[in-house]
Amino acid sequence: MSELVIQDLQVSVDTEDGPKEILKGVTLTIKDGETHAIMGPNGSGKSTLAYSVAGHPKYTVTGGSVTLGGEDVLAMSVDERARAGLFLAMQYPVEVPGVSVANFLRTAKTAIDGEAPKLRTWVKDVNGVLGNLNLDPTFAQRSVNEGFSGGEKKRHEIAQLELLDPKVAILDETDSGLDIDALKIVSEGVNRFRAQEGKGVLLITHYTRILRYIQPDYVHVFVDGRVAEQGGPELADQLEAEGYDKYVKAAAARA
Amino acid sequence: MTVTDTARESVAASLEQDGVQSHLNPPPSYDLTDHPVPTGREEVWRFTPLKRLRGLLDGEPSAASLRWETELPGGVTLTEVTGDEAVGLGELGPNDRPSALAVAHAGGARLLDVPADLELDEPVVLHLHGESADDLVWGRLVVRIGAHARATVVINHTGSARYSAITTVLVGDGASVNVLTLQDWDDDAVHLGRDAIRVGRDASVRHTAISFGGDLVRLHANVEYAAPGGEAELLGLYFADEGQHLEHRLFADHNAPRTRSNVLYKGALQGEGAHTVWIGNVLIRKVAEGIETYEENRNLVLSDGCQADSVPNLEIETGEIEGAGHASATARFDDEQLFYLRSRGVSEKESRRLVVHGFFNDLIRKVGIPSIEERLLATVEAELAKNVLRDVDA
Repeated sequence: MSELVIQDLQVSVDTEDGPKEILKGVTLTIKDGETHAIMGPNGSGKSTLAYSVAGHPKYTVTGGSVTLGGEDVLAMSVDERARAGLFLAMQYPVEVPGVSVANFLRTAKTAIDGEAPKLRTWVKDVNGVLGNLNLDPTFAQRSVNEGFSGGEKKRHEIAQLELLDPKVAILDETDSGLDIDALKIVSEGVNRFRAQEGKGVLLITHYTRILRYIQPDYVHVFVDGRVAEQGGPELADQLEAEGYDKYVKAAAARA
Repeated sequence: MTVTDTARESVAASLEQDGVQSHLNPPPSYDLTDHPVPTGREEVWRFTPLKRLRGLLDGEPSAASLRWETELPGGVTLTEVTGDEAVGLGELGPNDRPSALAVAHAGGARLLDVPADLELDEPVVLHLHGESADDLVWGRLVVRIGAHARATVVINHTGSARYSAITTVLVGDGASVNVLTLQDWDDDAVHLGRDAIRVGRDASVRHTAISFGGDLVRLHANVEYAAPGGEAELLGLYFADEGQHLEHRLFADHNAPRTRSNVLYKGALQGEGAHTVWIGNVLIRKVAEGIETYEENRNLVLSDGCQADSVPNLEIETGEIEGAGHASATARFDDEQLFYLRSRGVSEKESRRLVVHGFFNDLIRKVGIPSIEERLLATVEAELAKNVLRDVDA
């Protein structure tokens, strides 16, 4: 059981004018094997949801709950959440100078599994995953995210997803800034991950483009810190045609 | 333009360079009256806590010495020479009071000689050990690397003393030399050092200063060129703990055309009163056309109560160069880096360790002496255990 249950989640962030509420009660359940897309305009709180669930210290949870397989996620530290099976593919992955990709991946895998991976199979696994994502084997010798192109950063995130093999993956605008070839490569990686038994995916995106390659089971429209509408894949088509205007206006009218 | 015109211009330019002085690095002088006792307000002394020099600048004579143990590969000699002989060898004269006092009181000099064409696989190692911070020690060393020789020289300082030393490294034409000075002093040592290097035609030199120990360490690494085509890399790594003052002052004097210099110093600070100073200076003289230079200093502040001063300088007399640049940055632990690593399951402690090792790694890899590189990795780890990793639950 690795169901991710988010209930009435309220999150604020500190600003110069005091705390500002970003998430105003988000409820969402991702069952085993389901892929959910969260779509919404800029500033609607999509990324805040991703980072809050991952435990970024910038965000303060003021109400609600998050559980993974029944365990209280909000009580866990950032690294405990990852070890419990959560993975966040970041929109802007961070540079860690002087730390090689190879060292980083092995350190993370050891932390997640609680033991060092077997050397022989591990090297093969890493090279296989990098190769599938069109990353050269020398890529592993480079410093983490340092001097990577936008596409390399995103492919590196997906390489981590495949190697660390979490229960639930949150992908925060993994499609942004990718050309169509890179988007296909990244989508194939995500699809390999979710082809496995019981894997949950929360796909956060601004555009419907990626949903042509990663078919969601459910689509949620996110506006002003709340889920404004939910539906099946057809909701994405409707958004493609009509945009977010009607939801933004409704949220403004309510405020 | 004819060849003769070019030659005439370059003669004129060389004459002109005599008039140019670096504001931070005055010309050398063996006359002690040219080096008055500083008040602490001078630009070159304002970062240094003079009281903690414990009388070194007063210049009392002393016959005390450090204990020298040496590893000299075949062909390499270490001998005693008189002061006059040192000057005759081409010693680079003192350009501040501590180095002038060292000349005045050392009673002659040591000469480390690597003959021309000798290519060494093993490093020359000089272990210099002091017994007590009560001992006042003056040191004077000339290192002569013959033409086309290849050598590595490690000077390892341990124990304690009040020590002021002047060191000259003369690099012959086409030679390649790697000089590393390691300050692994006990907590109460005071060390003032001036290393000056003269790079021969088409020669290359790497000088690395590594400072971990001592109460107060203040080192100069200066480089100048005997002819065109020389190349110098000045590296440094320091780790200042509670109450320590570690100061590194760099000077690349581009006094010949088509010469290169590259400076990279990295430091970490932890604990109340840890203070580091890095002053970089590059002078590009009018004659120094086609040169290339870059200086960089990075500091990582690991706890509250530390101070890192970092000042890069560049004095340019000609614009006809390949490139000149500098960079300086002082930062705390980056929360975003830690979050990124922790979001991959890596504990906070392990994340901090990765970030600090990563910070020093590229520098350590450049040192080029495997036994020292291993030791540096271990020392960084030991320094981390003192503070950064101590209060964090795994």
